[in-house]
Amino acid sequence: MTVLRARGLGKKYRRRWALTGCDLDLPAGHVTGLVGPNGAGKSTLLGLAAGMVEPSSGTIEVCGDVPGSGPAQLAKVGFVAQHTPVYANLTVAEHLRLGAHLNPGWDDALARDRIARIGLDPALPAGKLSGGQRAQLALTLGIAKRPELLLLDEPVASLDPVARREFLRDLMESVAEHGLSVVMSSHLIGDLERVCDHLVVLVDARVRITGEVEHLLATHRRLTGPRRDVDTLPADQHVVSVSHTDRQTTVLVRTEAPVLDPSWDVGELDLEDLLLAYMSNPGTGRPPLEVVR
Amino acid sequence: MTWLTWRQLRFPLVSVYAALAVVTALLAGTRLVGGQDPGDGEFWYSAGLFAVNGLPALLAVFWGVPMITRELEAGTHNLVWNQSVTRTRWLAVKLGIGVPAAALTAGLLSLVVTWWADPVDTSAVPERVGNFGRLMTPVVFAARGIAPVGYAAFAFVLGIAVAILLRRTVTAMAVTLVVYAAVQLAVPLAVRPHLLPPVGETVAITEANIAGIRAEEGGRGAPEALTVLAPAGAWVLTNETVDANGAVVRPLPAVVGDCLPPAAEDPRDLDLDRIHACFARLSDHGYRQHLTYQPASRFWPLQWVELALFLVLSAPVTWFCFGRLRRLS
Repeated sequence: MTVLRARGLGKKYRRRWALTGCDLDLPAGHVTGLVGPNGAGKSTLLGLAAGMVEPSSGTIEVCGDVPGSGPAQLAKVGFVAQHTPVYANLTVAEHLRLGAHLNPGWDDALARDRIARIGLDPALPAGKLSGGQRAQLALTLGIAKRPELLLLDEPVASLDPVARREFLRDLMESVAEHGLSVVMSSHLIGDLERVCDHLVVLVDARVRITGEVEHLLATHRRLTGPRRDVDTLPADQHVVSVSHTDRQTTVLVRTEAPVLDPSWDVGELDLEDLLLAYMSNPGTGRPPLEVVR
Repeated sequence: MTWLTWRQLRFPLVSVYAALAVVTALLAGTRLVGGQDPGDGEFWYSAGLFAVNGLPALLAVFWGVPMITRELEAGTHNLVWNQSVTRTRWLAVKLGIGVPAAALTAGLLSLVVTWWADPVDTSAVPERVGNFGRLMTPVVFAARGIAPVGYAAFAFVLGIAVAILLRRTVTAMAVTLVVYAAVQLAVPLAVRPHLLPPVGETVAITEANIAGIRAEEGGRGAPEALTVLAPAGAWVLTNETVDANGAVVRPLPAVVGDCLPPAAEDPRDLDLDRIHACFARLSDHGYRQHLTYQPASRFWPLQWVELALFLVLSAPVTWFCFGRLRRLS
């Protein structure tokens, strides 16, 4: 089951494409991490999925329908925007009331429980909360709405490490209990590693790679060997990044097949290496071997 | 959604209604009664005119515009549009509460001011009115009766539309004010005179109905134009001298100059015969005065038509708001 399907999806702001040629199929019941440098199009993709932004090209389908197409569709998708906006002059309790009024599937017990656990004073205006507390309130609204798909744009950026861990745990609980699907963007690779089983890497407004974390890790290898030109690699080894020293060449490749060339020293990658390699090498072509003196 | 909108509008709504109550109390205490010198009420009369004329714009700028721009500026549209409520409904509720609230406020203030000014407005003796305008003069007309209800509704949706278009509170406020002021200038100048076909008549110029003669600065030659008295309380649109063929005469024939008593002359020594003869000569040459006006009896019909006009004008603006909403993000 796909919870989000995009075909040729693109969004143009004035003269710049914030996202282009995006084809995606995200599975339901999983936590998908959305990774990429600043300005790569993560927020645009989330906005498109929430129906906040209209696509300039292509199509997107979320939970089987066009995003933002009606109250029923809105009820299925939760979205907590970047900077976790809340009404400054409404109290915490009034925010919960707002959620209860505006959502048919509102889980009041869950919301109250979370607010109590975080230790937010229900009578306090949201404008008086700290950045982290505001984020917690916005995230509580998102979870208690009981959506099928929860879209989170850098949700934990303003949380302290303890709150972050707790929030991610709550999120995982909802995924396990209610079959919630999550798509979240984050710069914190450690967090992504902990909760995500699926990844989308966006670079320069394009999807660089997408897939299951385990599969991605299993199909990427670091090859180290004597300095050489990478054009000689077999066709089924796709170069992600290359670096040369005087004597050595290190190549990061994606390949389904085992690496047989004995001159390479084959190493495993962790998620951080993999993501950094993709994010710092936007091009798809192989960089030419430079002469190093 | 209704609760949220009410919660957001609660404070401005309560403050405006409190101010309205204060104004009502003040006006009730200063209402003119028969026999009182109308000069005493001049300040309150002008204040009432000013308040009713200004209120629709104020409501548009301080209720309407922030209703949209505060959400966009604080990013809370991202929160509220992601509850299980479409943005169409979000806007519909805002308009559904805001427009009637604004219209009601303007209607109530107009009611109070109209009631206060009634002794002045309906006084039959022109001297009694002093410096006050007549009911049909544009600035008074716009501050009486039911037309302010239409103004407030229109101004409010205008504020919302500009806010959706510009997204910034201060710019949207300024643009709303400018556009609304332009509409309020254009309507009395170009639209209201024709809302109902004006009454036209051509009358003889006599010393009894002459209201004024305008001459060039210091010139001893022919005067520029003359006006005759129009029916009491009428809103005069044209008041011009025409010749026997019905063509407008400007400047006036030299003969009119003779109708004027020399400036320094003592009123008791007026040569009435000469003046009589002068006006007779004017008639003999076929000069008559052409008048078009909206009579005072048209006040209420015109108020209704004006109310309808502004409500009708609000419709395309509202339609624009909903159309543009989809493209907002």
